[in-house]
Amino acid sequence: MSALSFEDLNIWFGEGRDRVDAVKHATFEVARGESFGLVGESGSGKSTIMRALTGLVPHCSGRMAVNDQPLGRKRDKTFYKTVQMVFQDPYASLHPRQSVDQILSETLRLHGFRDIDPRIEKLLDDVGLGPAFRFRYPHQLSGGQRQRVAIARALAPEPSILLLDEPTSALDVSVQAEILNLLTDLRAEHDLTFLMVSHDLAVVAHMCERIAVMQAGEIVEVLSVEEMRAMTPSHPYTKQLLEASLGYSRSEVEAVV
Amino acid sequence: MTELLDVKNLWVRFPTRKGVFDAVRGVSFKLGRERLGIVGESGSGKSMTGRAILRLIRAPGEVEADYIKLDGEDLLSKSEADMRKIRGDRISMVMQDPKFSLNPVMTIGEQLMEAYRLHSKGGKAEARKRALEMLEAVSIRDPERVMRAYPHEVSGGMGQRIMIAMMLIPDPDLLIADEPTSALDVSVQGQVLEIMDKLVRDRGMGLIFISHDLNLVSQFCDRVLIMYAGRVVETCDADKLHEAKHPYTRGLLNSLPRFDAPQKRLEVLQRDPAWAEAESVGPDA
Repeated sequence: MSALSFEDLNIWFGEGRDRVDAVKHATFEVARGESFGLVGESGSGKSTIMRALTGLVPHCSGRMAVNDQPLGRKRDKTFYKTVQMVFQDPYASLHPRQSVDQILSETLRLHGFRDIDPRIEKLLDDVGLGPAFRFRYPHQLSGGQRQRVAIARALAPEPSILLLDEPTSALDVSVQAEILNLLTDLRAEHDLTFLMVSHDLAVVAHMCERIAVMQAGEIVEVLSVEEMRAMTPSHPYTKQLLEASLGYSRSEVEAVV
Repeated sequence: MTELLDVKNLWVRFPTRKGVFDAVRGVSFKLGRERLGIVGESGSGKSMTGRAILRLIRAPGEVEADYIKLDGEDLLSKSEADMRKIRGDRISMVMQDPKFSLNPVMTIGEQLMEAYRLHSKGGKAEARKRALEMLEAVSIRDPERVMRAYPHEVSGGMGQRIMIAMMLIPDPDLLIADEPTSALDVSVQGQVLEIMDKLVRDRGMGLIFISHDLNLVSQFCDRVLIMYAGRVVETCDADKLHEAKHPYTRGLLNSLPRFDAPQKRLEVLQRDPAWAEAESVGPDA
């Protein structure tokens, strides 16, 4: 049983001379309940795969399936009930003129829930915000609190799969720890499957069991977190990425110069 | 070690409806020809400290200090006209995001040449030569093409390197880099750091490196100031950052996921109001 599967996925932008192949022949599966990470430089196509899954790219070929149901051109309501996404920038992804209550109740209403009031309380409680936050506007919240609201909104339709696009890269390290802990707890409580994009290998290693490394639109390697921690990747690019992420080393730079 | 910059008891205040907000509270430090890191969370006053040195805090914000001495001269007593000569010429600043710091309607070449001609007497040809040299110095391939390009036509990493090139054209004594690599990929980050590192070594420039990335600062800088709520809570040698004693620094370090040591849960920082109350740690402590 796989929660998500991608087979020979190609995504491109533009046409003719200007055509850019953003993702080339991507094939991987995410098992139910698994947490899967996508890493690579900016422009390597990791976020584009997520956007393709949610139907936000103009052209793609290949097959994608959610819970073994193949996806067509259009996404239906069941899809959005199953798959939800948390975006990178909590300062940009919440409506500035809607209160937390409005943000959550709109999502709930769109998904056909009737008992909106108790559900909002439950959602806020789930993400560790008290009822006092319910009638606040985004500008009255800190970055970490906003990301909690964004997570609550994603959880509102009771999805089984969460897409996390750099969920903590706009946050301080101390707040990042809180959000990552929250995501870990929610995953255990709600039996969620995670597909996570990040450029921070330490974060991905903390959150994910398997990791796909992307370079220039291609998945160069899929490896387990143990292999990654042991620094035994088989592809040279993965090795390079791992070394770069371990930090700036003067001796290494001097050796190159 | 000769002191390049000596800051004593720096305060930055902003009047608000609810009273005066102190963004920086009594910060003192000295800087030689070295790499000094300033770390802290957002809102801890690290960027404000950098801006205050250049007197870039706009009214109604106020800067107050016993002195901010650059090579023995107090910057606070300078006229605005003199300050303009110091900015760029003696002290430069690299901002976080090249997208917002480069002029979108001027080509990169024009901007670089302007930076040169404002600070030295050379002619146009001289300016052009120097701009090309600097672009090469920050390892930009094909500088001729980049000179003709507009900021939106270059990538983030290139934009940041162009910013650094521009700041270095007048050959400053002190570079203040405010999160210069936060918007960049790890691989490009290494290149940008290497460029700055080389300049400190070769030209004897002083560098203030403002960042929220503790690991990066401990690897890259010589000395670190750790700021919390506008105060310096701890200062230490960068390579000893991991042995830091202050509970705030420890908390920050422990909240990072570790690549080499997996944990079930990350430690969450428990804040102690006493940290914000304690006096800033002085330059010699």
